[in-house]
Amino acid sequence: MAEVLVYVDHVDGAVRKPTLELLTLARRVGEPVAVALGNGAGDTAATLAEHGAVKVLTHEASEYADYLVVPKVDALQAAVESVSAAGSLAAVLVPSSAEGKEIAARLALRIGSGIITDAVDLEAGDEGPVATQSVFAASYTTKSRISKGTPVITVKPNSAAVEAAPAAGAVEALTVSFSDKATGTKVTGRTPRESTGRPELTEAAIVVSGGRGVNGAENFAIIEALADSLGAAVGASRAAVDAGWYPHTNQVGQTGKSVSPQLYIASGISGAIQHRAGMQTSKTIVAINKDAEAPIFELVDYGVVGDLFDVVPALTEEVKARKG
Amino acid sequence: MSLRIVVTVKYVPDATGDRHFADDLTVDRDDVDGLLSELDEYAVEQALQISENSDDDVEVTVLTIGPEDAKDALRKALSMGADKAIHVEDDDLHGTDAIGTSLVLAKAIEKAGYDLVVSGMASTDGTMGVVPALVAERLGVPQVTLLSEVSVEDGTVKGRRDGDSATEQLEASLPAVVSVTDQSGEARYPSFKGIMAAKKKPVQSWDLSDLEIDADEVGLAGAWTKVETATERPARTAGTIVKDEGEGGKQLAEFLASQKFI
Repeated sequence: MAEVLVYVDHVDGAVRKPTLELLTLARRVGEPVAVALGNGAGDTAATLAEHGAVKVLTHEASEYADYLVVPKVDALQAAVESVSAAGSLAAVLVPSSAEGKEIAARLALRIGSGIITDAVDLEAGDEGPVATQSVFAASYTTKSRISKGTPVITVKPNSAAVEAAPAAGAVEALTVSFSDKATGTKVTGRTPRESTGRPELTEAAIVVSGGRGVNGAENFAIIEALADSLGAAVGASRAAVDAGWYPHTNQVGQTGKSVSPQLYIASGISGAIQHRAGMQTSKTIVAINKDAEAPIFELVDYGVVGDLFDVVPALTEEVKARKG
Repeated sequence: MSLRIVVTVKYVPDATGDRHFADDLTVDRDDVDGLLSELDEYAVEQALQISENSDDDVEVTVLTIGPEDAKDALRKALSMGADKAIHVEDDDLHGTDAIGTSLVLAKAIEKAGYDLVVSGMASTDGTMGVVPALVAERLGVPQVTLLSEVSVEDGTVKGRRDGDSATEQLEASLPAVVSVTDQSGEARYPSFKGIMAAKKKPVQSWDLSDLEIDADEVGLAGAWTKVETATERPARTAGTIVKDEGEGGKQLAEFLASQKFI
């Protein structure tokens, strides 16, 4: 059976959830071979094996943290060459983070392959894997495949379920020689984002977002309280971020994060196209807005026309009471 | 010292209008209003600021690929303050994918001559966000991408990249490819004077032969990806809308409980 390379997104050995989702999709196309790079790469193996990785190729070097993107492209290219030499390679899958897409694109160009980004589903096809994408602010769904080379596909978080599928997960050291371009862009400083204790926005099952109607940074406390009662991530519309009420890292929409949770709760968000682009594929959508004419209500499964300062705290209390 | 900046811009269908696919499953660019991609305005703005903050002799060239109408995007950038423009236009470019786009851009950037390339974070139609990285790979120069802050001094570009898990400070020697996000600073509006001046600024037109690119390397036939089907997403079925009469929070909780969210 052909092998599928899965690029592992991890923090010091802790594998992030989108990578485990990739393993679910990879198993539809071939035998997953994971590639883990940088500090803690070796520590990823047990988790990856539990979720279907037949092999785990690892390489630790300081270059991965000290220079932008290119060292990872060099390593992934080495993995492609090593797997291709030993057998056949069906595809390369990479999580659709900003960095993941850059790595995937440069790899695709180097190995003479087409690239598909931001897939939301993947299935095996007669002429190679077929990727589903959601385009034009999720108003269209396309199915595409790669017509040249080994398919390189990036996949968005929440595109597949994490499944237990124990496999060998044999660790092999990957041999990487860095190109002379690897050290072109130096990372001279890194400040890790402070943890809020809430789930990652793109990975969360529930997202509670606030917009213009929240009307002030201090008022986001009521959005956060609702999110915490539900174990949800907090999002914000561009209007709220541009006003300086909430950090850009939490922005949902075209120029922020694109989310696809089980439940999306929009509070005080009108639902402009820029916002819809980032949340329209959510499974269940709920909105609270004063304006009955707000376009967000065209998308909702359940909407409340009312003042969010009344409805949101009442909902939070009710959720807490029901959860006991 | 002189500093040659090339800003790549894209003419895209207006996102607030109805966007759709043509019969050959390429983006329909004929039947819709187009404009300079909003995300590229930030690239033009940062290039102009680098120019204004520099003691060097800086020249800002805007570059686009696209049909005749794409000149509108160049004119907008010129009226914001760019010095000159290059329009790559060729019938054989129809349907070019990101890999092909990066080839055309890289060849045109090399032909124009450059020390710094500035791009937006993504287009508002394709939204892949990979072209700057691809152009850097093609040109063999550092990529310093997704910056929310950028500065150039003494042949070095520095910037701040706000990533998912960390904020990084980046640094590279010129020549380099930079991309900037919508957090880099609001783009200026063209002034009346700027609009008038733009009419006199040079716009060069190049086709594929000027760039020594074969027709089969680009276009729909040269694309390495193939869109097999494009289906309009069914409108979401109308949900329940209630007016809050004091029970809105409770009613919403009941809905969430019925859907097993609580």
